[in-house]
Amino acid sequence: MRIKKVLAMAASTVLCGAMFVGCGASGSSSSNNEANKPDATSKADTANNDNSSSGSLIKVGIINNDPNESGYRTANVNDLKATFTKENGFDASFAYSLKNEEQINYAQKFIQDEVDYLLLSAADTAGWDSVLKDAKDAGVRVILFDRTIDADESLYDASIVSDMDKEGEQAVEWLKSQDLKAYDIIHLQGVMGTAAQKGRSGALDKTAKELGWNIVTQQTAEWNAEKAQQIVQSAIDANKKFNVIYAENDDMAKGAVAALDRANISHGVDKDVVVIGFDCNKWALEELKKGNWNYDGQCNPFQSTYIKDIIDKLEKGETLPEKKIIMDEKGFDAKTITDADVEQYGI
Amino acid sequence: MKVQTQTAQKSSFLASIVRRQIFIPIAALLILAIFNFIVDPSFFKVTLGHNSEGDPILSGNIISIIDYGSELAILAIGMTLVTAASRGQDISVGAAIAISGSVVLRVLCGTNSRPDTLQAPIIVAFLISCLVAMAFGAFNGTLVSVFKIQPMVATLILFTAGRSIAAWINNNELPVVSDRTFTYFGGYIPGIPIPTPFFIAIACFILTWLALKFTNLGLYVQSVGINEKTSRLNGLNPALIKFVTYVILGLCVAIAGFIKVSRLSTINYSVVAKDIEMDAILAVALGGNSLSGGKFNISASILGAYVIQFLTTTLYKFQVQSDALPAYKAVVVIALVILSAPIVREKLAALFKKLSSPAKAESKS
Repeated sequence: MRIKKVLAMAASTVLCGAMFVGCGASGSSSSNNEANKPDATSKADTANNDNSSSGSLIKVGIINNDPNESGYRTANVNDLKATFTKENGFDASFAYSLKNEEQINYAQKFIQDEVDYLLLSAADTAGWDSVLKDAKDAGVRVILFDRTIDADESLYDASIVSDMDKEGEQAVEWLKSQDLKAYDIIHLQGVMGTAAQKGRSGALDKTAKELGWNIVTQQTAEWNAEKAQQIVQSAIDANKKFNVIYAENDDMAKGAVAALDRANISHGVDKDVVVIGFDCNKWALEELKKGNWNYDGQCNPFQSTYIKDIIDKLEKGETLPEKKIIMDEKGFDAKTITDADVEQYGI
Repeated sequence: MKVQTQTAQKSSFLASIVRRQIFIPIAALLILAIFNFIVDPSFFKVTLGHNSEGDPILSGNIISIIDYGSELAILAIGMTLVTAASRGQDISVGAAIAISGSVVLRVLCGTNSRPDTLQAPIIVAFLISCLVAMAFGAFNGTLVSVFKIQPMVATLILFTAGRSIAAWINNNELPVVSDRTFTYFGGYIPGIPIPTPFFIAIACFILTWLALKFTNLGLYVQSVGINEKTSRLNGLNPALIKFVTYVILGLCVAIAGFIKVSRLSTINYSVVAKDIEMDAILAVALGGNSLSGGKFNISASILGAYVIQFLTTTLYKFQVQSDALPAYKAVVVIALVILSAPIVREKLAALFKKLSSPAKAESKS
């Protein structure tokens, strides 16, 4: 028993030590390896070694959500990492968390480290006021990307957002232009209440009401392919007639198509059922290219060029015409998509 | 309880049924079935059709239930054993499914995330994923049995980290298997119109049944769950038995994960088998098993799993509004759990007894 106690003590000490190394502002020299390990979940890449040589580099602290959250996030993180490099004149530190409190801690740490820019994709919209005030007092410029927050506009310099409403509208506009004889739609929704769900559902709901489109089934599959498959299967089992599948992400579209295949219902270009997905995963665009799907709407993860633009402008002392910058979103039609599109925009 | 039913008089037959553990999931199934039958009898229609490959398949709500409920049923087997022995639940099964599914795809695809041919035989991929999942089960089991950490806290580690590990195994890519034979396990084998996952679940059930019948596993698990100290005094090793149940759950996870990735030939780390741990625990509870360990009944848990899927399919069929779906599910679950509470069942049993034969009440004591 005593040995066990000692072991437990030792283990907990080591764990506590690891925590301090992960979160502490500056790890001791012996623990630098630990601190610089690219750990995706909770540790910050502190990159302490560069403090001395960062005189000419622009110091940026980037707070993002966990890259494993989705393909979108992975593409987003890779894009940022590719842009904010030493070659491009940046000294970037990255911190990832899906939890708001942890993100706020990272923000405070970056402010203490005297970064020039704080780039932030907040996990939650609330709770950022005080830390952003600190940033302002310390002369740190704040740029929000991907997601907005509920804070006064004076607390940040710019905000780059995806326009989910526009994504939905573009897709619905495309669907309208197809001029189908009838519109009997199965609508697969994302997790209820998320920005992407609201934007993409809102556009369809509105147009369906205006033009009298028939929504056969409207159900949340929570971004999950398998749930989508079950919902479409259930509609098929109930002998419902439908000719459009409007899935709010690619995974759900894939699940729906699996159910169609099972029931021998043809889908894709000039077939019985029109399939619409979102997010432009590479495999989804390939399906589009093959003509198995009809349309895929983009949710643009490539924000780094926009951010870099802003930083360049601010560094030159220019003022920004608009605080809120809305990114271009593309939509791809199976009839017009090219291999180059798949390569360039697939995530 | 067995002795009771054997000696019970005909008159108290109903009462004894109510007392039996398997009564709850069966009653729940019947209630759901009757409800569906009254509202829309076409719910039970099964039709023979062809899929886009031209193979015959059966389709209908009942087929959907036995198809999609299978993974949960397989998990329920392991979860019941873990619950019985360690008096706690493993909440990391969803994350562990992501890991084992990721391993399957990693082995099948090699380093290329979209190969044209399989890089390894499917059976090899499956066996490796079994080993990995059992290793993670062993990790949980060690924390619980050797370090005596509460099961829910011990498995919280993997619950938090599991999906990141799964993503890391495949370098955060989303591999897609294009080989058709791989889809057989989560879909249909050509020529057989019943979904394969159902056969896999039945095979798992038979194996478990044999293991419980011909080994002392069931007895040992039960006695460790009821009283650890006495079972040690009787020569059992409680730590080892708890450990073994976690490894068995690991195996169940690997099988469920294999079916999951086979269904769509790919994986999405963040949503695959999401919240399945809660459904698995619910299946154990619906099976009338005590969540604080001890006696258990695996068949009841498996039926419980199919009850959950029955409920899900029913809700989809009736097109409950998206935002209200969890509320409906909650109401049904509350009703089922109350029905399964021992105190309610005692009352029900007493009620039936009174109704059938108040005179012979003393014959059954």
